[in-house]
Amino acid sequence: MKNKKSFAPQEAEARPSRCPDNSAFKQQRLPAWKPQLTIATVLSTFFLTGAFCLSVGICLILSANSVREIQINYSDKCSDCSKLRENSYNWNIECLCSVDFKLKEDMLGDVFMYYGLQNFYQNHRRYVISRSDAQLLGRDVNVQRSYCAPFTTYNNGTPMAPCGAIANSMFNDTIDLFYNFNSSVIQVPLLKTGNSWWTDKNVKFRNPQSHNLSSAFAGTARPPYWQKPVYLLDEEDERNNGYINDDFIIWMRVSAFATFRNLYRRISRKRHFADGLPAGNYTFHISYNFPVTKFKGKKYVILSTMVWSGGSNPFLGIAYVVCGAAATLTGFIITAIHLKLRKKKTYFQK
Amino acid sequence: VPWLSWCLASWLLRPQSNCIKTSKYNIVTFLPVNLFEQFQEVANTYFLFLLILQLIPQISSLSWFTTIVPLVLVLTITAVKDATDDYFRHKSDNQVNNRQSQVLISGALRQEQWMNVRVGDIIKLENNQFVAADLLLLSSSEPHGLCYIETAELDGETNMKVRQAIPVTSELGDTSKLALFDGEVICEPPNNKLDKFGGTLYWKENKYPLSNQNMLLRGCVLRNTEWCFGLVIFRPDQIQADEHRPIFGFLVCMGVILAIGNAIWEHEVGVCFQIYLPWDEGVHSAFFSGFLSFWSYIIILNTVVPISLYVSVEVIRLGHSYFINWDKKMYCAKRRTPAEARTTTLNEELGQVEYIFSDKTGTLTQNIMVFSKCSVNGHSYGDVQDVLGHKAELGERPEPVDFSFNPLADPRFQFWDPSLLEAVKLGDPHVHEFFRLLSLCHTVMSEEKSEGELFYKAQSPDEGALVTAARNFGFVFRSRTPKTITVHELGRAITYQLLAILDFNNIRKRMSVIGEVLGARLGPGIRLYCKGADTILLERLHPTNQDLTNVTTDHLNEYAGEGLRTLVLAYKDLEESYYEDWSERLHRASGAPEAREDRLARLYDEVEHDMMLLGATAIEDKLQQGVPETIAILTLANIKIWVLTGDKQETAVNIGYSCKMLTDDMTEVFVITGHTVLEVREELRKAREKMMDASRSMGNGFSYQEKLSSTKLTSVLEAIAGEYALVINGHSLAHALEADMEVEFLETACACKAVICCRVTPLQKAQVVELVKKYKKAVTLAIGDGANDVSMIKTAHIGVGISGQEGIQAVLASDYSFSQFKFLQRLLLVHGRWSYLRMCKFLCYFFYKNFAFTMVHFWFGFFCGFSAQTVYDQYFITLYNIVYTSLPVLAMGVFDQDVPEQRSMEYPKLYEPGQLNLLFNKREFFICIAQGIYTSVLMFFIPYGVFADATRDDGAQLADYQSFAVTVATSLVIVVSVQIGLDTGFWTAINHFFIWGSLAAYFAILFAMHSDGLFQMFPNQFRFVGNAQNTLAQPTVWLTIALTTVVCVMPVVAFRFLKLDLKPELSDTVRYTQLVRKKQKTQHRCMRRVGRVGSRRSGYAFSHQEGFGELIMSGKNMRLSSLALSGFAARPSASWIETLRKKKGGEGSTACSPSGAADKTLKV
Repeated sequence: MKNKKSFAPQEAEARPSRCPDNSAFKQQRLPAWKPQLTIATVLSTFFLTGAFCLSVGICLILSANSVREIQINYSDKCSDCSKLRENSYNWNIECLCSVDFKLKEDMLGDVFMYYGLQNFYQNHRRYVISRSDAQLLGRDVNVQRSYCAPFTTYNNGTPMAPCGAIANSMFNDTIDLFYNFNSSVIQVPLLKTGNSWWTDKNVKFRNPQSHNLSSAFAGTARPPYWQKPVYLLDEEDERNNGYINDDFIIWMRVSAFATFRNLYRRISRKRHFADGLPAGNYTFHISYNFPVTKFKGKKYVILSTMVWSGGSNPFLGIAYVVCGAAATLTGFIITAIHLKLRKKKTYFQK
Repeated sequence: VPWLSWCLASWLLRPQSNCIKTSKYNIVTFLPVNLFEQFQEVANTYFLFLLILQLIPQISSLSWFTTIVPLVLVLTITAVKDATDDYFRHKSDNQVNNRQSQVLISGALRQEQWMNVRVGDIIKLENNQFVAADLLLLSSSEPHGLCYIETAELDGETNMKVRQAIPVTSELGDTSKLALFDGEVICEPPNNKLDKFGGTLYWKENKYPLSNQNMLLRGCVLRNTEWCFGLVIFRPDQIQADEHRPIFGFLVCMGVILAIGNAIWEHEVGVCFQIYLPWDEGVHSAFFSGFLSFWSYIIILNTVVPISLYVSVEVIRLGHSYFINWDKKMYCAKRRTPAEARTTTLNEELGQVEYIFSDKTGTLTQNIMVFSKCSVNGHSYGDVQDVLGHKAELGERPEPVDFSFNPLADPRFQFWDPSLLEAVKLGDPHVHEFFRLLSLCHTVMSEEKSEGELFYKAQSPDEGALVTAARNFGFVFRSRTPKTITVHELGRAITYQLLAILDFNNIRKRMSVIGEVLGARLGPGIRLYCKGADTILLERLHPTNQDLTNVTTDHLNEYAGEGLRTLVLAYKDLEESYYEDWSERLHRASGAPEAREDRLARLYDEVEHDMMLLGATAIEDKLQQGVPETIAILTLANIKIWVLTGDKQETAVNIGYSCKMLTDDMTEVFVITGHTVLEVREELRKAREKMMDASRSMGNGFSYQEKLSSTKLTSVLEAIAGEYALVINGHSLAHALEADMEVEFLETACACKAVICCRVTPLQKAQVVELVKKYKKAVTLAIGDGANDVSMIKTAHIGVGISGQEGIQAVLASDYSFSQFKFLQRLLLVHGRWSYLRMCKFLCYFFYKNFAFTMVHFWFGFFCGFSAQTVYDQYFITLYNIVYTSLPVLAMGVFDQDVPEQRSMEYPKLYEPGQLNLLFNKREFFICIAQGIYTSVLMFFIPYGVFADATRDDGAQLADYQSFAVTVATSLVIVVSVQIGLDTGFWTAINHFFIWGSLAAYFAILFAMHSDGLFQMFPNQFRFVGNAQNTLAQPTVWLTIALTTVVCVMPVVAFRFLKLDLKPELSDTVRYTQLVRKKQKTQHRCMRRVGRVGSRRSGYAFSHQEGFGELIMSGKNMRLSSLALSGFAARPSASWIETLRKKKGGEGSTACSPSGAADKTLKV
């Protein structure tokens, strides 16, 4: 018996069998889960989804409604300045404009101030690529070889710092907010730093290494539309100057759509404004530099409070409610159709 | 080389050597040739073109690597696949090319590798060698330059054929003479009638016509001939080509819309925006900008048909091929051959087959004749065993009969009824006489290599089976001389004097021998033994046999019902005086100058009369295992099976019955045997009329159809009621395939349930397949085992070769090979069906996911000034198709199963969606595209609605481009992952791993790409730094993703469920409803139990050829040594050769078989 046993495998070894392995994988017999769309799973999915969507939607709508927001189109209100800026020869002439508005209710909590632009195509392909991130990282790069064209160098070969269409078109209005309190005018304290992403401020944007900022940018020139060079963007705060200037960083984070708003300032919650903006009369003092009428654009200044879901945007809440309602309704329709069909089925079986 | 062969038709194509080369590359040429071939593919050129576009800065909307990474990947994978394929081809080429052959070089024979044999060489073949090239027979070891060949590989006939060298060369018997031979051969190109060969030999200023009779064609085997010399000639083969062309109309359409949009935008808005964003250099008008934007959008939108589609399809096909190779249920243990998918591109077509063209010999049948039953003196033997051989495996059979008492018994012969042997041992005179007849009445030659080791050379396997049966039952045919036959009867050597052989022919359908025991006249005196077709023989019996005849007829009917071939045996004692008289007359008749045949026939007729019935034999033409069941299941799956065989009509029809293609329940079997165009047309017309009459009489109101022209017959004939079958002969088929009749023929044939074409040439086989391919637009499959099936296998969409047998030509030409016909049902119903299903699901999902992915750019175009700005990060675009979404859909495409495999066999109807192409037709294609577009709309507009004017919870802007890109990309990956989860019906561990793994990979890669480290290294490439953690930390973003997913997926769930609930497919029903399953099962069983009340099919040794009786009596085919022993008197010789050649010549002119007129005699 022993001999026989040992003989068989030897023979098999001598002539390797061409017989396929009997493994579950090769024979397509892998254990598997075979999900089925049954009436129970489908209906429970629909009703659960419906309930979930409805509740999320209602939460969103409720919280969005608690947001206070005020939006002022100042390119219309400051039409004189708008006209002045239409002619680029007047670029040197300062144009100031003030816009009054009244808050009927308090804006409690953190209040954010945005500038909004309409019809400004920051998402155009040629615009989006027109930057040199290596340059903005403080590296000494040849901007000629970047996508910055035509805003790379001046005719004399001096490179622009920062280069590219995005940087060149940076929003350069200054907006100050004044609170008219008991006939005295109080300037609302605004925070100009801490508005950008931490990664942008600390990773993506770096100034060139040098003993001081102006020497770091030596040999470069400001972009053609800029009134002052990049190292003078914020003379008061060394950590908000050059490429790491918050306004610059925010501008460089291009928008996905032609109508957008960028965070400009936050209200510093001090003294009168510790709880936010109290109701009353306010004035925006705007130094109007950024031309928009030429491309039929509009400029806004926006004040808004914030909740967990961001600012005021009713879309998501409404979409959730509609979706939840639709899911629930579909659940009922499916139930109805299925019940009708089941009658048919039993008839058929007979 | 002392002489020249020149082929007019092929002088341009003439190869230098006989080397078989199917491989395409060698190491040096691989890279350039393979790349060149790959870029000949439209798709690859298209992607190369895209790559070039991307290098133009004004157009480039995507970085070059988004195209080059997948392209290089594709090219590499394809190249590796091609290289491995080619490696195996090299291996098999070498195997063929390294066969040895003896070549005559400057007067001496040398061993040469086969590849070195050139056209014009003279080679020497020895017995049992394969003829591996077309040869002109020059001379042979046998007298008169004769040689015997077996052409089973070519036409399926197993009987031996005689070939003869032309007289002038037949004398060139030795190498020295042959070395001086310098002739020139001019041959015609192959024509419609491949069995006809026309050519001329020019030698010594004389012309000698050549015919097929002088040719040894590639694929034959030399038999019973010690050696022969042949001249290698060359005949060109046909070449075939195929096409492949994808359509990119949609892409261009989208591109044009967006380009027009761009031109208008630049004209209206962009002009004013120039202060911030001036136009590129060289762009001076909005129109030109639009033109550039068209190309930019072509680059972006090309992902609707990404390169990865081609790779994924290849991978899936490869996977399916491996499953075929690995299938244990398609492994034949006996022949030790697994199934093999030799091409990977056809797997899904296996699920759509509508027509199967099958060879007979070696495919449906095993080409083994088995003595299965017999009826002796009204007693039937052999009943213990089951009819069909396949039952043997069930272990129900008792032990086979032990023949050990007989030292001369053939150990391979098996019989299961011990009562027959007992009857022999008890000395039943009828049984003895029965076997004596079998051992005497035949034309078999015996060869005794060593004492007791007998080999029979039977001219037809039927006869071999009968003589072998007699041998085992103790009546051993030992040897023969022209005048005697020596038989060992139960150990006693008895020599019979062979007085006459009354030879077989197709009209007589019987043969007889007249003999007596040599020497002492103790025996029964002169006796005539006759065996033949029952229809003929039963009429020639003595009236006293009436009772026995009735019993035997019952037995015959029973045997015929089991699909056995029957013969009736009878004998007659002859008065010596009568015999002398008759023999005298016979001698005179055979010497007669005219009407010799007629006179002989009359004499034969006279003596074969008033015979005494001995019994009947039943021979089983052994079918391959499981053939009737397979055919039944395939028929239920709505696949039409046509048998195309080189065999005779009787054999083919018989097999048709035994494998249940033809049944006696059929309304009618039309037999088309016309010899002229008119006859064939008339027969076809009659057949159609009969079918239409029948359906009219069924009251279906078809009367108006009479006015329809024959081209409109299709619709009419498809509605035919009743089951019909069509049997058509090769010579009729030649007419039916002519251009003006082919449609008529096709429509008639397609209205029939079964079609059998017999005596067809290899080329005709291909033509029939081509005809169906041309007009029916259906997927065709050809299955065969021999060289004669190669053309058919190559012509059909799918070629299947039966492997594990001697010849490998069919396998080499095939796309799939396995060793048993029965595996075809598994190949089609399981593998083919799954492949089709998986490929369809794969394609649907693939187009869906890419439309969902790509069309977002289209919608975004309306918001970004049609500037060809992409919505996603370029790395996402690069990786979407090759990493994030490729593996789950691949896993589905490779592993998905809708119903378990045994169900596809139980419900052959499940195969029908494939034939009708229900799962991926234009409609389904548009549905998935529509779903993709719907998804893309939501994918863009929901985030758009949320993001416009929205801010983050920390007050910063939310709607920046990069956050938007990440949000859309993430929701897209999640939505398509959920969708693949819905589509996957069979979640193996691999599916789980791939789906969850892909999601995990997406997030891992996302965070890696947006990490500080990469940005520090390549700041201009990885601009999304910090984006992932900033964006995905926002609850709004996640709520957006969740909403998008719900809105994209829920409608799909609702529609799928309602479709399932209201209009379930059979596969759904099979999957879900136990009740319907049971119902179908009983139906199925009923089908299998259909009993057969057989109509009797009898004929003498179907593949028998006339003339061998005379050959034996003349002694020409016997070796001189054996002839020397017997003093045989010289008879008017050479007449048998004349007979043989006349037969051949006469039939050659009508381009058909030796069966000739006999074909008509069979009436079903």
